[in-house]
Amino acid sequence: MAGKTLYDKLWDDHVVHTEDDGSCLIYIDRQLLHEVTSPQAFDGLRLANRQPWRVTRNLAVADHNVPTDHRDQGIADPVSRLQVETLDKNCAEFGITEFDMSDIRQGIVHVVGPEQGATLPGMTVVCGDSHTSTHGASAALAFGIGTSEVEHALATQCLVQKKAKNMLIKVNGQVGLGVTAKDIVLAIIGKIGTAGGTGYTIEFAGTAIQALSMEGRMTVCNMAIEAGARAGLVAVDDTTIDYYQGRPYAPKGDDWAMAVRYWQRLHSDSDAQFDKVVELNAAEIKPQVTWGTSPEMVVPVDANVPNPAQEADPVKREGMQRALQYMGLEAGQAITDIKVDRVFIGSCTNSRIEDLRQAAAVINGQSKADSVKQVLIVPGSGLVKQQAEAEGLDKVFIAAGFEWREPGCSMCLAMNADRLEAGEHCASTSNRNFEGRQGYGGRTHLVSPAMAAAAAIAGHFVNVADLASGASA
Amino acid sequence: MKAFTQLTALVAPLDRANVDTDAIIPKQFLKSIRRAGFGPYLFDEWRYLDRGEPEMDCSNRPLNQDFVLNQPKYQGAQILLTRENFGCGSSREHAPWALEDYGFRAIIGSSFADIFYNNCFKNGILPIVLSADLIDQLFNQVTDGYQLSVDLENNVITTPSGQRIGFSIDENRRYRLLNGLDDIALSLQHADKIKAYEAERAKRAPWLFKDA
Repeated sequence: MAGKTLYDKLWDDHVVHTEDDGSCLIYIDRQLLHEVTSPQAFDGLRLANRQPWRVTRNLAVADHNVPTDHRDQGIADPVSRLQVETLDKNCAEFGITEFDMSDIRQGIVHVVGPEQGATLPGMTVVCGDSHTSTHGASAALAFGIGTSEVEHALATQCLVQKKAKNMLIKVNGQVGLGVTAKDIVLAIIGKIGTAGGTGYTIEFAGTAIQALSMEGRMTVCNMAIEAGARAGLVAVDDTTIDYYQGRPYAPKGDDWAMAVRYWQRLHSDSDAQFDKVVELNAAEIKPQVTWGTSPEMVVPVDANVPNPAQEADPVKREGMQRALQYMGLEAGQAITDIKVDRVFIGSCTNSRIEDLRQAAAVINGQSKADSVKQVLIVPGSGLVKQQAEAEGLDKVFIAAGFEWREPGCSMCLAMNADRLEAGEHCASTSNRNFEGRQGYGGRTHLVSPAMAAAAAIAGHFVNVADLASGASA
Repeated sequence: MKAFTQLTALVAPLDRANVDTDAIIPKQFLKSIRRAGFGPYLFDEWRYLDRGEPEMDCSNRPLNQDFVLNQPKYQGAQILLTRENFGCGSSREHAPWALEDYGFRAIIGSSFADIFYNNCFKNGILPIVLSADLIDQLFNQVTDGYQLSVDLENNVITTPSGQRIGFSIDENRRYRLLNGLDDIALSLQHADKIKAYEAERAKRAPWLFKDA
């Protein structure tokens, strides 16, 4: 019998019941809740007079709507405020732990979960947010769900699921200077496309993935959904175990030892069979910049905006033309000629301490270009902010003319006051460059934190690999 | 949930690939704490020429006349024809809520994003996957008043010329949609199994069962 993949193992460990057609009732170890996708789920519970099945397995935090400045003044937008207050009320009514806006632990739900040890290796983790795939970095089976499923998981601690197929993406070798986890995952999406992972759970492996910190692995798994896969995974190794030791919600004492023994089997067997295998050579990956309105519309920073006329597929060609028009770009234009109006460093993809360190390292005593209207630095949680301040990163950013903000989702999806104006180009460390995502008519270019900081200083995209190798010094 | 059995309705063709959930329902409308009322804001940035805000009265907003749903011949459409990877992006169930509130009960495309696909079934919407060739054929056929008949009991679509196109759906999902069943009530029928699983798992992974 062939060995099991990591995904097979996680799946098998959580099957409660199997239906005739192969769909399963899967046990959920952790649900994370936020204000946007939960109110209708709590209403559903009340309407049916149901209680949470296991209330302690839920953890809530407001992140999408929260302001990133003047926190003491509360939320100015009454519609946003009502949504956050509704989360507070629902958590109080049902007895769910919530890190509210005044709590140092508050932040983006996918930063808070691992930081607290509330999401752990071997768990099933769900949240009404597609970027729940982030938690797969610790070999947790983690995926985004809709509000009906949020209610279902609250009421039953289970979900009805059909098993996905197994995909292995191996990134072999070592990345070059200035190339980060973000560039790796953008290059993967560029290769397989935004629907390339649809119907699969993707395990990311290979020496370039193993070399990443937990933060870097979270960046990669976070964007598995941008490749179409609901869940991304990285096998457990010492990096994983070291990361979780001592986290507030991590097991302690004898339980820790027992958990580590269990976690150490969370990798694919050497003879495991995958339905699809994709390989990339890390050395060939350059810093990436998206030019269009889908994450697959991505090229290396030293390339040019592609020409739709050279695309054979008519549906794709039309999509490219529409994207160029929306983005205000010309085919053949050098990526480094694209000027940026605003820069956003943050989001569940890139707002962890390592991301902020990478951004700060690029600044090197320089200031943002005069032509850049605003550079927002939005840490992923209150604890990330505290750590960054302890390291003096906030002072580096402020000296460069960047704005140092409070934690939240912020301009990743612009549900709060942070947003682009129509026509503005933004170098953004977030995950989606869809039309209007960062503000009505806004033009998003997805990049790494280092690339975003470098663009803030130059006023246009520059290749951080050149900066790193001293070519421009 | 509304049951879905059979539907004969007008088809609106949305000839784009990768229609994302931000396009289906932009984020500012996600601030609502209700489940209903998203229909007027469906495809807001494509449908209107101004910028939409929550609770806005849409009756006097300037329409983008080029957008397919604004064309008189597609008024009343209940079937949306589209291309690959429809519903990619965010997990927001507001996307199927908006489609359903607008009046769509079936979406036909060459592929769907997984989370969106799943969310449709929770809201009485039937997403149907057909081959890219068949989708091309349907796009070529759509004219004024073009209707399709969708029969979930027999897993078949019938075109105006009488062509029958089969499609497949997981049996479990099909059964729930045909009968409009409450998923939670069905899962709670397995409450004893859930408890037995917890008891067994607590022995293997006690750290997951010690929270206060």
